Amino acid sequence: MAGSGIIFILFVLLHMYGNLKAFGGETSFNVYAEHLRTIGEPMLPREGLLWVIRAVLIVSLVVHVWSAAQLWKRSNAARTQKYAVKKNTHSSFSSRTMRWGGVTILLFLIWHLINFTIGKVNPAGGPTNNPYELLVDSFSTWWVTVIYLVAMAALALHLHHGTFSSLQTLGFTNSAAARKRARAAGWVVAVVIAGGFSLVPLFTLFGVIDY
Amino acid sequence: MRLTLKIWRQADAQASGALKTYDLDGVSEDMSFLEMLDVLNEQLQGQGEEPVAFDHDCREGICGTCSLMIDGQAHGPEVTTTCQLHMRSFRDGQTITIEPWRSDAFPVVRDLVVDRSAFDRIIASGGFISANTGSAPEANSVPAPRDKAMRAFNVATCIGCGACVAACPNGSASLFMGAKITHLGELPQGQPERGTRVVDMVAQHDAEGFGGCTNIGECAGACPKEIPLDVISQLNKDLRTALRNGH
Repeated sequence: MAGSGIIFILFVLLHMYGNLKAFGGETSFNVYAEHLRTIGEPMLPREGLLWVIRAVLIVSLVVHVWSAAQLWKRSNAARTQKYAVKKNTHSSFSSRTMRWGGVTILLFLIWHLINFTIGKVNPAGGPTNNPYELLVDSFSTWWVTVIYLVAMAALALHLHHGTFSSLQTLGFTNSAAARKRARAAGWVVAVVIAGGFSLVPLFTLFGVIDY
Repeated sequence: MRLTLKIWRQADAQASGALKTYDLDGVSEDMSFLEMLDVLNEQLQGQGEEPVAFDHDCREGICGTCSLMIDGQAHGPEVTTTCQLHMRSFRDGQTITIEPWRSDAFPVVRDLVVDRSAFDRIIASGGFISANTGSAPEANSVPAPRDKAMRAFNVATCIGCGACVAACPNGSASLFMGAKITHLGELPQGQPERGTRVVDMVAQHDAEGFGGCTNIGECAGACPKEIPLDVISQLNKDLRTALRNGH
């Protein structure tokens, strides 16, 4: 859970950085998208590194989902008779929404890949072979932006607890000060990543990013 | 004080239980929660009804025998054990729901009494140090760094009541295990068995049917001895080290 989670944190951080290239305009964004495919050439074949990263992510996803399913199953089996009254007083909202939040992110991921990678669905009916135009057309459609913003809220919650939880699981929070730092890291990671991701759809919807 | 109590009644381990409502008048706010239940039981006996069974022993907050989920909080709203909880923490006219610890590893014996011998089996699997019998060794002959000794003492206050399990949304006993691992692992006497201890205790914990920890933190909030969440990190670190060393 922790190991695969940290791989995802590093991935979304890089992904978020790449998305910000949209602020540089069509050329900046499309050159970046093309560079992802040519990086490492000629030592690596075209899209070589991209597929290495994809393979690592797919393996991480399988490990992450499998571990989550095991924990969920064990949790259900550990308390078959529920409480009539149960208060949660010392846990964050994010920590209690990891499971359904994770399912939300997984469903979003499927849509996101259909939208931009596998299907390249352009909701405005425009071209799909131009990454920048696909992005602008998608986020100019209000409901697509809403889907992405809801998903980023779910991602923010997941990262807020996930960052702290992974550090705790790996045994790096052995004092009150270390625990405080890990919790703070959770806030920073959540705000920077989900906030950074949200900028592009919002600025596109309001017409700042345009072609 | 006048109270409405909703109490889990269950005749035995096999019977199916239900919440039953009782009205109780004349409760003093200086009574402890268990004394309030004693008054209820006196009333029930007078009416020819079976008294409510609940666990208690020292009533000083040091033995870990008392339990009870009080209005959804293990040991009630204060950071203490149920025996040290007083009725002044409640309002006149309040409805209080009282349930047993809910964990499949802690089966209900009767009413509010649960069987916590799963904890004993976890301790027996590794929560000890091996020492030669005979005359006690000179205490000061084994030096222990002060900060480590203090940490060991602080987490050794765990009384094994099971509030961490009761409060955990996953039903995990990681805080309990972490307290024992940290207590013994910080001291020189705990070193020889440190690797096998954590591996065996975690294996026993999982075999007992406790849930897996997702670092939610309800356990540390419910702990009457305020065992901090960092003992779970210590548990994970010890487990990682032990597995790397081939245990």
